[in-house]
Amino acid sequence: MAMTENMGTSPVEMKVSDEVAISIQGMNKWYGTFHVLRDIDLTVYEGERIVICGPSGSGKSTLIRCINALEEHQAGSITVDGTLLSSDLKNIDKIRSEVGMCFQHFNLFPHLTILENCTLAPIWVRKTPKKEAEETAMHFLTKVKIPDQANKYPGQLSGGQQQRVAIARSLCMKPRIMLFDEPTSALDPEMIKEVLDTMIALAEEGMTMLCVTHEMGFARQVANRVIFMDAGQIVEQNEPEEFFNNPKSDRTQLFLSQILGH
Amino acid sequence: MSDTQQHSVAFVRTEAIPEREPPYTASGPLKWMKDNLFATPFNGILTIVAVYLIYMILSSALPWMLNGIWTTSSLAECRTVLDGAVGACFSVLTERWNQLLFGFKYPSELYWRPGLAFMLLFVAIAPVLFFDLPRKLLIFTGLYPFIAYYLVWGGAIGVPLVALAGCVAGAVFYQSFVARNFALGFLGGVIAAFVTWYIGGLFIPDGANNTAWMRAVPSRDLGGFMLNMMLGVTCVSLSLPLGIALALGRQSSMPLIKVICVVFIEFIRGVPLITLLFVASVMLAYFFPPDSTVDLFLRVVIMITVFSAAYIAEVIRGGLAALPKGQYEGADSLGLDYAQATRLIILPQALKISIPGIVNVAVGLFKDTTLVSVISMFDLVGMIRGPILASTAWNGVYWELLGFAAVLFFVVCYGISQYSQWLERRLATDHR
Ligand SMILES: Nc1ncnc2c1ncn2[C@@H]1O[C@H](COP(=O)(O)OP(=O)(O)OP(=O)(O)O)[C@@H](O)[C@H]1O
Ligand SMILES: [Mg+2]
Repeated sequence: MAMTENMGTSPVEMKVSDEVAISIQGMNKWYGTFHVLRDIDLTVYEGERIVICGPSGSGKSTLIRCINALEEHQAGSITVDGTLLSSDLKNIDKIRSEVGMCFQHFNLFPHLTILENCTLAPIWVRKTPKKEAEETAMHFLTKVKIPDQANKYPGQLSGGQQQRVAIARSLCMKPRIMLFDEPTSALDPEMIKEVLDTMIALAEEGMTMLCVTHEMGFARQVANRVIFMDAGQIVEQNEPEEFFNNPKSDRTQLFLSQILGH
Repeated sequence: MSDTQQHSVAFVRTEAIPEREPPYTASGPLKWMKDNLFATPFNGILTIVAVYLIYMILSSALPWMLNGIWTTSSLAECRTVLDGAVGACFSVLTERWNQLLFGFKYPSELYWRPGLAFMLLFVAIAPVLFFDLPRKLLIFTGLYPFIAYYLVWGGAIGVPLVALAGCVAGAVFYQSFVARNFALGFLGGVIAAFVTWYIGGLFIPDGANNTAWMRAVPSRDLGGFMLNMMLGVTCVSLSLPLGIALALGRQSSMPLIKVICVVFIEFIRGVPLITLLFVASVMLAYFFPPDSTVDLFLRVVIMITVFSAAYIAEVIRGGLAALPKGQYEGADSLGLDYAQATRLIILPQALKISIPGIVNVAVGLFKDTTLVSVISMFDLVGMIRGPILASTAWNGVYWELLGFAAVLFFVVCYGISQYSQWLERRLATDHR
């Protein structure tokens, strides 16, 4: 963490529109009787880059997994790009093809090459012709700086390369929104930087991003809002400078002192 | 600590170490034997015991085999020729060769038909087994069941043609409607196939079999190793898709489908195959309309298929369970629907994990086809136990006949096992 702490030079230029990308209202979720998410209200505008942090088990992953319906919420509403998330499978598939997601453990498909990983969804979900899908895939693989690995299998790549492939794979679907769930926490420090650089580049292009991460340097440089969660609730949200320099709640102060303290 | 660090610990390498040849390791047969056969006294003893056992087996079997007689016409004649010496009487194989392969009722002038079907089998399964071959060959694979049926059974050509037309109609219907709705496409396809079969059936006149170009051969005339091969190939190729469907059904989130699959699998696995075969030979007829003469071959195929599908389903369920949850989530997050995720992401990986188990079931199934001899079908074992051993000429030649059966089955099963190992290597992409 300390490595990336001071890599931020100047915050990325803000390009936030006032169009709503994601709107979450009064959302609640239970695992059995365990109340994981409580009264979540969150509006994300197009082009906004939000970093979500909080202690382990506070429900960060659950929150962003609810947004593309990997988890089901029981109360409240989630609207993504104007589509209301309901149990209608058509809506769910539509939202999922608009929302890209990167996981902590990459979740690449080990039986397909890098190129096939990237072209699979465009070909089958978007019905893009194979040739075109491959061109797009190469475009994004070049963007994440690994075009030369296209014909290898995920098992032959380093962790950082795999995570960049995962990002490229999501980008190939031309998503309007990207979700990241601790994309760097399974990586060595050296690889963390290459993945963060990719994400910063993405942010600079104005992608709407929701990012669960403990990379505070990244948050300072890229985010235009930091959300702190604890015990399933949004405890505090603010612009990064204010959030880090002047946290309001005790819980946030404690968390920040722990995470930045060493 | 301090007294060992008399000189400075600081160290800077000034020049890179050049690459060198690997060290010379002693080799040669003596070294190899010492390393591999006599590494410890205990290993040495094991080696000597093993060599002695091999010697015992070969010294008694080799003379018997090398001294074998191939040209007499009965066991008694063999004995006279051998005149007390040790030797096998392989003449039974040469004399009953056709019976062993085709059974004793298949018309001998028609042997070329199953023979040709057998040759074509290799062409048909090649593109399935070796997927680097051009995909166009799969068209022949699709046609093969109908060709093989026509070759083996003969009779009116309308039967395989109508069967083919029904399948094509079903497939076309499915293809054109599945995009709109899977259930509509699937059910519609099934209905389209049945309608085609029904209408087509009306066009096949009664007694068409008697005037056919290819003489009709009834199922009860099939026999010998041909019958084992036919049962084996048909049942393996049917039970794999059925097993996959059952395994997916067992994982289904729809409770009714799940319960049906679980009950089916558990019931079938809890019943011995021999029982199912008896059911096939005497009782299954009750389940079909009274005047329909559902062929015994078909009934046996159903039973063996169902039996091995239950096992394959459990093997594949193991493969599905071994997949990390992240694979499902990865597929979901890209917007793939259930059918796409299953076909493109889940099954390829789950099946790959299940290959050893599936091969196990397939090999077992192939050998289990010999069980049909107890319901008086004359497969290879049935031929040996029945007509051949019971004949006065060959009464008593057990070793030669059963050894021959063993060799035939071994060759096929060993082939399957070798193929599966090749397949596993070919599909290995995890580079651990
Ligand atoms: N499938 C599940 N069933 C029951 N409880 C769950 C399940 N998944 C998560 N939980 C619980 O929900 C809570 C929130 O989990 P979540 O994974 O969202 O936390 P997180 O904030 O992402 O934590 P971390 O930083 O460790 O990833 C945790 O207390 C966890 O134990
Ligand atoms: Mg988490």
